[in-house]
Amino acid sequence: MTTMSSVEPTRRDFLYIATASVAAIGAAAALVPLVAQMNPDASTIAAGAPIEVDLSPIAEGQVIKVFWRSKPIFINHRTKKQIEEAQNVDVAQLRDPQPDSARVKPGHDQWQVLIAICTHLGCIPLADQGPYDGYFCPCHGSVYDTSGRIRQGPAPLNLFLPPYEFLSDTKIRIG
Amino acid sequence: MSGHPIYKPRSAFMQWMERRLPIGGLVYSSFIVYPTPRNLNYWWTFGGILAFMLGVQIVTGVVLAMHYTPQVDFAFNSVENIMRDVNYGWLLRYVHSNGASMFFLAAYIHMFRGMYYGSYKEPREVLWILGVILLLLMIMTGFMGYVLPWGQMSFWAATVITNLFSAIPLVGETVVTWLWGGYAVGNPTLNRFYSLHYLLPFVIAGVVVLHVWALHVVGQNNPAGIEPKTDEDTVAFTPYATIKDAFLMAVFCILFAWFVFYIPNFLVDPDNYIPANPAVTPMHIVPEWYYLPFYAILRAIPNKLFGVMALAASILILVFLPWLDTSRVRSARYRPLYRQFFWAFVIVCIGLGWLGSKPPEGNYVLFARIFTVYYFAYFLIILPVLGKIERTKPLPNSIAESVLKTGAPIGAPAPPPAKA
Repeated sequence: MTTMSSVEPTRRDFLYIATASVAAIGAAAALVPLVAQMNPDASTIAAGAPIEVDLSPIAEGQVIKVFWRSKPIFINHRTKKQIEEAQNVDVAQLRDPQPDSARVKPGHDQWQVLIAICTHLGCIPLADQGPYDGYFCPCHGSVYDTSGRIRQGPAPLNLFLPPYEFLSDTKIRIG
Repeated sequence: MSGHPIYKPRSAFMQWMERRLPIGGLVYSSFIVYPTPRNLNYWWTFGGILAFMLGVQIVTGVVLAMHYTPQVDFAFNSVENIMRDVNYGWLLRYVHSNGASMFFLAAYIHMFRGMYYGSYKEPREVLWILGVILLLLMIMTGFMGYVLPWGQMSFWAATVITNLFSAIPLVGETVVTWLWGGYAVGNPTLNRFYSLHYLLPFVIAGVVVLHVWALHVVGQNNPAGIEPKTDEDTVAFTPYATIKDAFLMAVFCILFAWFVFYIPNFLVDPDNYIPANPAVTPMHIVPEWYYLPFYAILRAIPNKLFGVMALAASILILVFLPWLDTSRVRSARYRPLYRQFFWAFVIVCIGLGWLGSKPPEGNYVLFARIFTVYYFAYFLIILPVLGKIERTKPLPNSIAESVLKTGAPIGAPAPPPAKA
């Protein structure tokens, strides 16, 4: 057999490149469903619709836990002392600086709504615990104040706030 | 060295077979006449023990899968059903759950042996790296298996470990949601973990084949850390290595059986007998004992991103070990300084394991930090520098000389290794 060496591309060269291109695009396209199936499915997303919570049964100083999108949410009816503690903090000293006013709805200082998931590795903090009278995460020792701001421990950020709004003075919609 | 004898099949069937699929010849040359260094000690038997443990885990695992239900409402009860109702289910599950611990125990001894005798050095770098890949696969498989009983520790271990990925800048949260298949650990998470927990052991088996292949290309290291030169330096795999492997495997099984039959829950957190509750995090979250050193490193660093990076680095740094250790002498027998740092490293690893089981406060954190510094300094400072400045002892001329001059008869075991 003789080897043909020509400077001009042959028809085989064209076929080779065309086939390889189709294979590469095909492999990339096949990855799309394989990767996308891992994301939350339609029923999970549908179950993540907003929820309404009646605040009237929550006594002052009480913290309740509700679930929205499988996430625990703390609703804390703060006492006057807790509100004052949260407001009288030198914001510049904080790891994730945020004034208390940015973490509650205006005119509803006593209601604090937080996603009860430690920003370190996702454990649920305990309410009314720790040196700042706020929240303490038992997993790795993160301490949050009464505004849910990180004060000690390995967590990098303040507890997240869920999207919510007041429908009336005693009713909120989360989501 | 001259070649070993060639396989000559005796039966007509094996002669017929050998011309079509020479599997008899492969077994003969790899596990019968394969030359092994004559000075191998019992620390060299853990490779065989690991292969045995992989077999145990696959057999018990496949059987357990016939009785287990990967659904959040049924998973916990199906495991209890295995424990109470399935014939010998208690035995199969205890063998599987304690088998994971035995598997890691053997793997860690195997790795420390490789480090003591410098088994990762040229030309065994790829062999070592395949071993690190096997460790990573074992860690993933063990973690996902721990999630399946869907107890409190299962659920919160899954939450904490998947949240490690949330430390990735920008895409972290997206990656975590993708891993979960929801907004939190839930049924989709359990389902995919079950699928992968079934798959990965077979991936491990495949990498084991590569590991053994690489081993048979470069040959085994040995306690003297010098290559065999003549036929006098080696003995045939069978019977010498076979009986040694089999004997220690039997001893290892006594330990294994002691755990299974007498203290089957010794290594298990009692909280995992409480069904998973997404609303309550247990007071002390601790992983299984074999992850504790890495967990202690994670917690020693008071910053989320750097903690997670240190955790990943503590395992991945092993990949670079063949190049970080600059000494050309392999065995710690001839490296008096290295030997001391090595044993300090072993103590640090065990110490980190103990600290990982303690709450993250006070002096526990302080010591975890000191030990973490030593862990990384061992690889990044001590090993590179030591190779340049250490005065090593003279190496023996041959493996045969290293064992025969002590007056030991041919085929006798080498003297015990570590007299540090």
